[in-house]
Amino acid sequence: MPEYEPKILAFLCNWCSYAGADLAGVSRFQYPPNVRIVRVMCSGRISPRFVLKSFQEGADGVLIAGCHPGDCHYSKGNYYTRRRLTVLGKLLEHVGVDPRRFKVKWISASEGGKFADVIKEMTENVKGLGPQRSFKRVDDDE
Amino acid sequence: MTEEEFIKFTINGVEVQGKPGEMLIDVAQRNGFYIPKLCNHVALKPYSACRLCIVEMAKGGRSKFTASCSFPISEGIEVNTESEGVLKLRKMTLEALMAQAPDSKEIRDMAKYYGITDTRFKENEDKENRCILCGLCIRVCNERMGVYALGFSGRGASRRLDTPFGRLSDVCITCGACESVCPTDAIKLGKISKNEPKPITSEFDLGLKERSVIYTPFPQAMPLIYLIDKERCIHFAKGTCKICQKSCEKGSIDFEQEDKKLKLDAGAIIVAPGYEFVSPDTRPELSYDRLSNVITAMEFERILNASGPFGGHIKRLSNFKEPKSMAFIQCVGSRDRNKGVRYCSSACCMYSIKEAIIAKEHSPDLNISIFHMDIRAFGKEFDSYYKSAKDMGIKFVRCRVAEIQGDEYQNPIVHFTDENDEPKKEAFDMVVLSNGFARPKDADKLAGVLDIKLNKYGFCETSAFSPLQSTRLGIFAGGVFTEPKDIPDSVAGASGAAAKASVLIPPDMRMIGREKEEIIETDVSEEEPRIGVFICHCGINIGATVNVPSVAEYARTLPNVVYAEDNLYTCSYDTQRIIKEKIKEHDLNRVVVAACSPRTHEPLFQSTISEAALNPYLFEMANIRDQCSWVHQREPERATEKAKDLVRMIVAKSNLLTPLTRESLAVTPTCLVIGGGISGLTASKDVADSGFKVFLVERKKELGGNLNLVSCLLEGENPQNFLKRLVKEVREHDKIEVLTEAILENIQGYVGNFTTTFTHAGESKNLEHGTIIVATGSNPYDPSEYLYGKHKGVITQLELEKMLENKKFKTDSVVMIQCVGSRDENHEYCSRICCTQAVKNALRIKEKNPDAEIYVLFKDMRTYGFREDYYAKASDEGVKFILYNDEHKPKVKDEEGLVVEVVDPILKNILKIKPDKVVLSIGMEPRKENTDLAKMLKVPISKDGFFLEAHMKLRPLDFATDGIFLCGAAHSPKFVNECISQASGAAARACTILSKSEISAEGIVSQVDEELCFGCGICVLNCPYNAVELEEETQKAKVVSALCKGCGVCGATCPKHAIVMCHFTDQQVKAQIDAFVEEVQ
Repeated sequence: MPEYEPKILAFLCNWCSYAGADLAGVSRFQYPPNVRIVRVMCSGRISPRFVLKSFQEGADGVLIAGCHPGDCHYSKGNYYTRRRLTVLGKLLEHVGVDPRRFKVKWISASEGGKFADVIKEMTENVKGLGPQRSFKRVDDDE
Repeated sequence: MTEEEFIKFTINGVEVQGKPGEMLIDVAQRNGFYIPKLCNHVALKPYSACRLCIVEMAKGGRSKFTASCSFPISEGIEVNTESEGVLKLRKMTLEALMAQAPDSKEIRDMAKYYGITDTRFKENEDKENRCILCGLCIRVCNERMGVYALGFSGRGASRRLDTPFGRLSDVCITCGACESVCPTDAIKLGKISKNEPKPITSEFDLGLKERSVIYTPFPQAMPLIYLIDKERCIHFAKGTCKICQKSCEKGSIDFEQEDKKLKLDAGAIIVAPGYEFVSPDTRPELSYDRLSNVITAMEFERILNASGPFGGHIKRLSNFKEPKSMAFIQCVGSRDRNKGVRYCSSACCMYSIKEAIIAKEHSPDLNISIFHMDIRAFGKEFDSYYKSAKDMGIKFVRCRVAEIQGDEYQNPIVHFTDENDEPKKEAFDMVVLSNGFARPKDADKLAGVLDIKLNKYGFCETSAFSPLQSTRLGIFAGGVFTEPKDIPDSVAGASGAAAKASVLIPPDMRMIGREKEEIIETDVSEEEPRIGVFICHCGINIGATVNVPSVAEYARTLPNVVYAEDNLYTCSYDTQRIIKEKIKEHDLNRVVVAACSPRTHEPLFQSTISEAALNPYLFEMANIRDQCSWVHQREPERATEKAKDLVRMIVAKSNLLTPLTRESLAVTPTCLVIGGGISGLTASKDVADSGFKVFLVERKKELGGNLNLVSCLLEGENPQNFLKRLVKEVREHDKIEVLTEAILENIQGYVGNFTTTFTHAGESKNLEHGTIIVATGSNPYDPSEYLYGKHKGVITQLELEKMLENKKFKTDSVVMIQCVGSRDENHEYCSRICCTQAVKNALRIKEKNPDAEIYVLFKDMRTYGFREDYYAKASDEGVKFILYNDEHKPKVKDEEGLVVEVVDPILKNILKIKPDKVVLSIGMEPRKENTDLAKMLKVPISKDGFFLEAHMKLRPLDFATDGIFLCGAAHSPKFVNECISQASGAAARACTILSKSEISAEGIVSQVDEELCFGCGICVLNCPYNAVELEEETQKAKVVSALCKGCGVCGATCPKHAIVMCHFTDQQVKAQIDAFVEEVQ
């Protein structure tokens, strides 16, 4: 049987983290191919609903990454992200989603190495946890 | 021709028409009826030998079979191309042909079309003779070439293709037409001709690949139009052939075209003729002409390229096998006093490292050694790149290569003297010679025509203070023509030359150009999505890891994808044309490109689909290069799977894309220049000279920045007079407002409309401006190592310069230590200027006291470009250059006088020097204030702390954020002349915006669904741009589009989902999430 490979969905802001992911590519930093990226203009765009839906549909991990506090291309979008998603993180933990499955990271356009490291670490962690089962749609459960 | 003159008849019951004299097969093909053929050729007379084109024809109740290639059409005939009888005969013929020529792909494909896979006839066993006697070769030789080198001999079963008297032909001109028309590969020039065929090779691929006489110079040529090589065209040589003219359906071949002399009126001239490579034959001992496995770096560049001779695979030229080891030899023809050129070509170290890294990525087991004198990685983040090469296992050998010999298998053996001064030799499978840059061959002629002076190296003469100005007013120079340089410096200088040229041209005369035609957008709102997907190989960048054709195959299975294809380069000019054609052909109303990053390429594709009348927002990109193939190089299968997932997700989103409109915004035609050093001053003056108002803000009281500290440049000029003049010109300029002792507090707004708040003398003020140029410079490093500050004999180069200004200053012995505050644990970068500074000051000391003992302790001497001359001069004058490395850093001790200890690189013992002075060559550091300024500007900072531009190579002066530009040492440390060309370049970039009365804003803004909105006002509170207001009357939210920047914070907060972030709507993102969990079927 092939090794279990988790599916991780990452929402990245266009200006910092998406650019950081591009830089990881330009620098040829290798990381596991478990992550799929959704580009949004600002991490502030990421509604908690997107995260919940991702887990519901079967994501094993969700990563949100945006500009470092103070660096937001839109002045303060990432402050909203921080508040909103901290609360969401707590909520997820409360309902039994391991906090290692949900990460909010600040990755700048020059941090290609950090992007690769975050993906490596998260893939390792989620792999150790196994498939995410606790938060699937009720009607999906067999 | 009138309607009556056409001949009307039917094919398979469909009425068609043709002109009198036309052959039936031609009319049938024109009308889309497939008739197979082998002996028929558009440029040759009908021959009816192969009988494949047979059709059944009826007239007046009688029918017969006839070859359609030689049957002239007539009125009222009824033709059947697929009747039972026709098919039976045709299949029989095909089987017979298959038996005679079993390897012919053309025949097999035709047979397959008719469902035939095997032949019932006995297969021809004579592998040497696959001729089917179609006579194409004979006819092309006779009819088109007029050579008559071929004919048939014998009759019946012994009939065969032959040359007169069965001898090798001496009249054959080895044009190869016979080979090219033969459907069975039965004819070989070598078997018919006495003459040696001369292959025509591509100049672009440096002779490594063949090309045709009619060709495009390279795949991305602009415009992508074929040209005829007049020197080699048979028609131009003998008046015959003209096959191309017959073949071109559009009638585009015009043999009468002549070169034209054009006269253009110009207000200014920019000369950018580029360079040539120094011939590797300047070093005959390196055996370039003797050993096929010794190649030049440019040849290797072509070999590495996906469109190069081996599709991007590395092969030896002797046996086309993959090499297991290779070496790069640096400085071939550069830094060479006897042969080649004396100067350093500046770019070869980095291009060699790049080629080595790409080769290593392609073949991880490849052993690579780079033989060099110094590694000159002086550019921005070059040292990190150099380090990454070392980390990959690429070996760097500091030595001089004496010669390359070859063994019997063409394997090169490199003979060199190693760091311990011992002769060594090492064999490699392949050697790349990194040859340097030479001036263009016709530089003298060009200089004569332009009446400009060339310098002693034969390059365009410029000065340190006017690096873009030739010796003749109105003529500017760019690129390598002024000095060898790499891409970012060339790009920056070219923009600078454009700025200088545009200053000379009155504003109303600047915008002469072709008007863009107005395109009316197709309304797709009522249509079902019809998505076209274009998937890029990006040469080998994607294609080597991801199985691109299989991704295209997969894309075709996705909902609403009606078309998908893969391209070698989707961004090429040619592919843009293809995308537009496919949009028309397949009525596409959404386009997806799976390639590199939308951050760099989205605008290009958006403009392409706009030209095909689609709204630019009906476009999306999947990033399968930067975020897939490049980061999963060792897992091709999973990378392919990921690429498919990314395509599926983005296609899912594309289904829901809607057209958006871009609003026009007014531009405030003023520029804010931050920083009053040499870069800021130059940029201010150039923008102001172009006719736009400038605010120049400087933190300090004085203008001039670090240049105030410099009393002498390398070439001996004193920069202070120049600086004083420039400061005066700026201060007195009626378009420049100089604001010194001004502290920036806040920068708001966006391209065309910025508002900056600053404080001056305790007062807060606002400025309105359309663009920003960041020219904040850098700081000299403040050292604490090597007893600096503890012993007064230890000084910095800047302090030494001050002392040297004193006429009486004299010193007998000096040790200079390089890379203090550069290339160390805290500074991963090279400060670029310190090596030259050390050489300059060493020469100045020698000038005062020729007997002075000077030691320069260095890691790599990076006196690139023409600076190399001064390094050589210093060596000649007895300055001693001693190499050290990080393991054995020099030690400075105070033992009743200064003592410097350094490990002798050859003898390996410790060398003790007792100098008067120890001079530290301190590096440049990014300003601490950069962090705050970057936050205000919302622009990124590099890992080294300098500002980070949009693209290191291609957009060195732009930030990713529109309207903000960068120049000077704030970008990375650099020389005065480099700061000046960059500053002029940044000025030109700013003027591209300032010269427009309005610009179009992003179409990605939010919209309110008034039905759903219940006026809670959360979006109003959250919007960082005050772009959402609550309308008094309705108590519903309303978005002011011009203010909205499209972050989408509102969309994420609205409790009623009433505010929609266009292009990133809830539905669109959710579609991506849904698609994410699906599996590749």
